[in-house]
Amino acid sequence: MSELTGITLSRARDLLTKGEVSSKELTQAHVQAVEAARSLNAYITETPDKALKMAEASDARRAKGEAGVVEGIPLAVKDLFCTEGVLTTAGSHILDGFKPPYESTVTGNLWRNGAVMLGKANLDEFAMGSSNETSYHGPVENPWRRQGDNRPLVPGGSSGGSAAAVAARAALAATGTDTGGSIRQPASFAGIVGMKPTYGRCSRWGIVAFASSLDQAGPMTRSVRDAAIMLRAMAGHDEKDSTSVDLPVPDYEQALTGDIRGLKVGIPREYRVEGMPQEIEALWQQGIQWLKDAGAEPVDISLPRTHYALPAYYIIAPAEASSNLARYDGVRFGLRAEGAGSLEELYELTREAGFGREVKRRVLIGTYVLSAGYYDAYYNKARKVRTLIAQDFHDAYKEVDVILAPTAPSAAFAIGDLVDDPIAMYLNDVFTVPASLAGLPAISVPAGLSGDGLPLGLQLIGKAFDEETVLRVGGVLEDAAQFTHEPAFVAGR
Amino acid sequence: MASYRIAGNTGEWEVVCGLEIHAQIISKSKLFSAAATEFGGEPNSQVSPVDAGMPGMLPVINRFCVEQAIKTGLGLRAQINRHSVFERKNYFYADLPQGYQISQYLEPLVGEGTVYLDMPDGEVIPVGIERLHMEQDAGKSLHDQEPGKTYIDLNRSGVALMEIVSKPDIRSPEQAGAYIQKLRSILRYLGTCDGNMAEGSLRCDINVSVRKPGAGLGTRCEVKNVNSVRFVMHAIEAEATRQIELIEEGGEVIQETRLYDPRKGETRSMRGKEEAHDYRYFPDPDLLPLIVENDWVERIKADMPELPDEKKQRFIQDYGLGAYDAGVLVAERETADFYEDVANGRDAKTAANWVTGEFFGAMNKAGVDLDEAPVNAAMLGELLDLMADNTISGRIAKDVFEEMWETGKKAGAIVEEKGLKQITDTGELEAILDKVIAENPEQVQQVKDGNQKVMGWFVGQAMKATGGKANPKMVNELLRKKLG
Amino acid sequence: MAVDKDTVAKIAKLARIRVEPEQQEALTQELSNILRWVEHLGELDTDGVEPMTSVVEMNLKMREDEVADGRRQNDIVANAPESKHGFFVVPRVVE
Repeated sequence: MSELTGITLSRARDLLTKGEVSSKELTQAHVQAVEAARSLNAYITETPDKALKMAEASDARRAKGEAGVVEGIPLAVKDLFCTEGVLTTAGSHILDGFKPPYESTVTGNLWRNGAVMLGKANLDEFAMGSSNETSYHGPVENPWRRQGDNRPLVPGGSSGGSAAAVAARAALAATGTDTGGSIRQPASFAGIVGMKPTYGRCSRWGIVAFASSLDQAGPMTRSVRDAAIMLRAMAGHDEKDSTSVDLPVPDYEQALTGDIRGLKVGIPREYRVEGMPQEIEALWQQGIQWLKDAGAEPVDISLPRTHYALPAYYIIAPAEASSNLARYDGVRFGLRAEGAGSLEELYELTREAGFGREVKRRVLIGTYVLSAGYYDAYYNKARKVRTLIAQDFHDAYKEVDVILAPTAPSAAFAIGDLVDDPIAMYLNDVFTVPASLAGLPAISVPAGLSGDGLPLGLQLIGKAFDEETVLRVGGVLEDAAQFTHEPAFVAGR
Repeated sequence: MASYRIAGNTGEWEVVCGLEIHAQIISKSKLFSAAATEFGGEPNSQVSPVDAGMPGMLPVINRFCVEQAIKTGLGLRAQINRHSVFERKNYFYADLPQGYQISQYLEPLVGEGTVYLDMPDGEVIPVGIERLHMEQDAGKSLHDQEPGKTYIDLNRSGVALMEIVSKPDIRSPEQAGAYIQKLRSILRYLGTCDGNMAEGSLRCDINVSVRKPGAGLGTRCEVKNVNSVRFVMHAIEAEATRQIELIEEGGEVIQETRLYDPRKGETRSMRGKEEAHDYRYFPDPDLLPLIVENDWVERIKADMPELPDEKKQRFIQDYGLGAYDAGVLVAERETADFYEDVANGRDAKTAANWVTGEFFGAMNKAGVDLDEAPVNAAMLGELLDLMADNTISGRIAKDVFEEMWETGKKAGAIVEEKGLKQITDTGELEAILDKVIAENPEQVQQVKDGNQKVMGWFVGQAMKATGGKANPKMVNELLRKKLG
Repeated sequence: MAVDKDTVAKIAKLARIRVEPEQQEALTQELSNILRWVEHLGELDTDGVEPMTSVVEMNLKMREDEVADGRRQNDIVANAPESKHGFFVVPRVVE
């Protein structure tokens, strides 16, 4: 590991600012790290030439005194973000060869703020998955291993490539997207920080859509401060996204005061689920104690409809997905199946060949729940439940400022363990989905290790557009946890 | 007006129709993208990645298109819904890039309204409007470019449409024709749709059913995409006749979608060609509900032009026109303006007779539109003035008008040039009459014997002798003095 | 509610995804399991609850009527598996 890849983004920024390192040096070190980490399969597309060009341009800008918020910082971009002229696959066979003629707003914001692109990170196909095993481009390996067990583990999903790259020091930070937990759960599995901002905070324009009412981009980093810096560079109002909110983007770093005295932290009793490992419960208790020690006041709260969040999510998300994925038809871009004699056949063969099993499953579920005669029983019912879940949070925030809960019900599991059990796989999202349904900001902070040496995250859920409190409390948690463990695999080591 | 009935073997049948009209909204850019809406153009040259359904692309609604739809709703005297929702209508088709059409379903922008039909006999028939909603157009498929291939052009993909659904209040092909004409007239007055059926800016689906007068509604069939008023009228007749024959032969009408074949003059089933649809409508999560504030509607209302119905009423009241003439004059805003320019300061009825008679006749004969006519309102007005002050007779005026139409010259110049000025000099007229009287002693005797008809013959002779320029009124008076 | 093979075939047709006969059985089982699982929702009383349309509390954003895109035929068809003379090309659609 180069000393330039092992540092945090904020440290790198300071070195760049002081002129102790150039973006080109920093980027070169990371390009090497990306190569060294190939065994993880964290990247679908590496863009070293582009990275070096961007780094040179960044150094030139800095020389002119025009440094942006993330000037010169090399990043991994989840391959769900459209990048102009660069292959964008969404982890699917059906987007074979697709080079968008446009740049997503979020990546555009990052480049405008000076960042450098190392490549496109692997992910579950169309972000549908919790283990990165549904990617057409193969599973990603978690850089972590259980103690005394060399079986490869999943990095979580769907932003598994982003999580693995950041954990393995093959990127200073990465973009992720979170629909039901796709940033937070892999962050927890890979021992990094992952933040899903409030729905509407980051533009969805140019991000391949999975479930439009839930999708939200966010940062994946090795520290809370890095997440604050990244979010500031990613967020902002976008006229091209009707659901993007026109609010000023604060300097989130300013929120990291470390002072949470008097803050009320809600502890939702419904997150104590059956079968949850004792060590996760213990870590949660530890988290409560840390925050108490820092002067916050834990408050027992109830989010009574929590139990129904997951089934509601697994109706709403597939329903939207079934419609969002209708455009992949072999006509205007991507894969077209050979040998179709009619348009109908072309559609059916292309989508048969182009979509993987999990995507097909969800498209079919989504088609079913929207179809005549079932709409009210499933889709409308789920939307009503969603209203109630949002109401639960709304009521809770009358009493508390932020909510603390585990991120995931388990540590990383082995590749292949859950692939044949969709529902067991879906249960990974049990703690992350409620905040997604309510559109609330949430962060996962690495807080400790499991008995067999795997990272575990704690999650903080905030009020809408109050990312600052989430980050501030996250920073306190991070300081208290002192999570300095490193994964078994670190690039270049 | 007598009710329209179709005679069958078992007696008379009544036709019941409702129309669904797709009207393209006039706007510079598309409903959800910033690409141009112009007709024509290179294939896929007026397409943004949004219109091509590319990954990650999102719709943002065009405020002006919403305003146009609200304006239209107001023009249809309809309820403007303060809360409406865009939904996705999901189906696969080659020219539907997203795999869904953004439309409105459960909560349309505009609710119930009324359109009044102006029938030729002056009768006014109200037709209910069920709803108006906004949606996006699809692209175009071309099947004849290459064997075995379909070419797709997305230039129209995403263009804003209004779907205007009538209640089943239409009872004859004529009423259907009048409905389309009236709707078209309102849309054109408002400037919300150009109403061009040939270019597809106005497209029509017809729901047709038949019943014995007074009976409950029969099963309806939908006849798709009929693209001229004449075809709509034919299609209704053909479809109603088909249904009547079917029922009278003991068959049953099946609710289905049919296609009108203008060459054969019949409708045929699209069954088999169109599998059972299940559109799976749901609110588009890329968009929020459309909230229309009261003051927005009020501002649009304040900006509304006078519409055909109000104008017609005003023409009847202020100009003393008959309902039919008034209806004809207000059908197009430009025509109404033209008429008002001609009528301004002149006899309104004479102006109406000339505009609807000579002027429209000449336009039809030449096959030109108002803005291409060689005679403008000021020129026609001048001609009417020459008649009014007895410079020329009505008879001569028609010749002058013809000349004006052909040459584009002004009436005064033609009258001057050709010496068409009316003879009103008593001495000159008396001399002419004396000559006619002297040459026709036999006819003079007949008049004296009491045959008044021969008086008319003398008028004719006098006109003939002056090449029509004699003032007919003066000729009459003088003759009566001389022969009476 | 469990779905049967015919229903699965029907929705697969609606979704334009070919399902080979040998996959039908397993897929039907999987989808039935998922549907049974999400049906927990039925336990929750949602009478009088408004279905959520949007999680963000804001008005629909509108743009002005300006032409600011298009005139990029090459971009539009560049990724097409088959295109000619600026058109997308597909197997003949029978009308």
